[in-house]
Amino acid sequence: MANFIETANKKALEIMQNAQPTLVGMGVAKDVVPGMHKKLIMHAGPPITWDKMSGPLRGAVIGGLIYEGLATTPEEAEKLAASGEIEFDPCHHHQAVGPMAGVVTASMPVFIVENKTQGNFAYCTMNEGLGNVLRFGAYGDDVIKHLKWMEKTLYPVMKQALEIYGPIDLKTMIAQAAQMGDEVHNRNKAATSLFIREIASSIVKTDASKEDQVAVFDFLNSNDHFFLNLSMPASKSAMDPVGKVKHSTIVYTMARNGTEFGIRVAALGDRWFTGPAAIIDGLYFPGYSTDDANPDIGDSCITETYGIGGFAMATAPAIVQFVGGTPQDAVNYTTSMYEITLEESTIYKMPPMNFRGTPTGIDIRLVVETQILPVINTGIASKHAGVGQVGAGIVNPPMNCFTDALEAYVELLESEGMLG
Amino acid sequence: MSVNELFKKELKVINMGLESFYEELRSQDVETIHVDWKPAAGGDKKMASLLGRLKGL
Repeated sequence: MANFIETANKKALEIMQNAQPTLVGMGVAKDVVPGMHKKLIMHAGPPITWDKMSGPLRGAVIGGLIYEGLATTPEEAEKLAASGEIEFDPCHHHQAVGPMAGVVTASMPVFIVENKTQGNFAYCTMNEGLGNVLRFGAYGDDVIKHLKWMEKTLYPVMKQALEIYGPIDLKTMIAQAAQMGDEVHNRNKAATSLFIREIASSIVKTDASKEDQVAVFDFLNSNDHFFLNLSMPASKSAMDPVGKVKHSTIVYTMARNGTEFGIRVAALGDRWFTGPAAIIDGLYFPGYSTDDANPDIGDSCITETYGIGGFAMATAPAIVQFVGGTPQDAVNYTTSMYEITLEESTIYKMPPMNFRGTPTGIDIRLVVETQILPVINTGIASKHAGVGQVGAGIVNPPMNCFTDALEAYVELLESEGMLG
Repeated sequence: MSVNELFKKELKVINMGLESFYEELRSQDVETIHVDWKPAAGGDKKMASLLGRLKGL
């Protein structure tokens, strides 16, 4: 079996390049997300227990329990979370992804994205906007009230609008946005605008009152990050089938829970390789500094895993005003990612790079060999529950995730008699 | 070409390895490019050995 690694990676790359992420509708998590139940709280990153959760994840869990009516006060929620009565499990174990804390509970509405090429699905909640929001660990009355508005007003309008419109090709939309200055992780201004333009007439055709339709439009227009919760499940739907390719050395998951960073590699199946989540180097909002920052958190680096986000920063020069650095830094980040990836995207092209495709397919061998770590751009959560976002910046995974995975990969081949 | 002939010409240097060699030449206005080179796996022998076992597979 000469070149079996190359053959496996070629297959994995074909799956990535040919993925067709498509928004096919919406549903409530308990009805559509595999394994979801009333006492399950899904979260970002690799598995974690309550006692090891950082401030923003704890805050989001508290908010989630209050939102579900399982607790009425933060104290009651904390007690319940620590009791063992609540199950915690990564979104990634349920075909889902969640930005920042990534908390998903049974009653939350979710987008349903289908990878039409492979027939698999991915799920993600709707983006709440900026300010005091659950995903950054805020759980005050205003946060719960906003989540209820999303469930009772935004969701029915969006669900019906999508039924009227039909499936939306997210791959084409991301490709267009990438040529309009978005990398669809921390800059989603163009993609959100394209989405609103596409769905607008269908929103007007819904049964919702004019007042509610206006409120939905105003919310979508006020939230430049709305499309993040579509680029994430789009990436997830493209990457999940890669995780089934035997012997492939390609990374198909990168995710953080605020305490640990974890990766999963195609050949090594569901096994997580984890290391301590890093503090983010970036721009802090007035009055905040690294002393206020929580370590890296969120499933949103599924975009980088798919070859967009930080890997496509060259196409989003304006993002440096949000995450720090210069437009040349953005080009340098993208250029360095070609050193650790196997191909260039055939669809996501970057005008500032002479329409070169984004770096696609992180190979653990190349990361260990070059010592170049994936570049991720990300929001920074306060380390204290209930505060919210304090900045944005650039971060890398810990190297040991990749060296541990490489060791495990060699052990796997040895156990299969594949090494001479 | 003898070494003496080489040094009579304008020098164009590609430097690999220690960056201080590059900086020294630059300070003397010699046209120099520094190659950002590192040994495989940053010199980690165990990792280099594992990578070596996977070559050609």
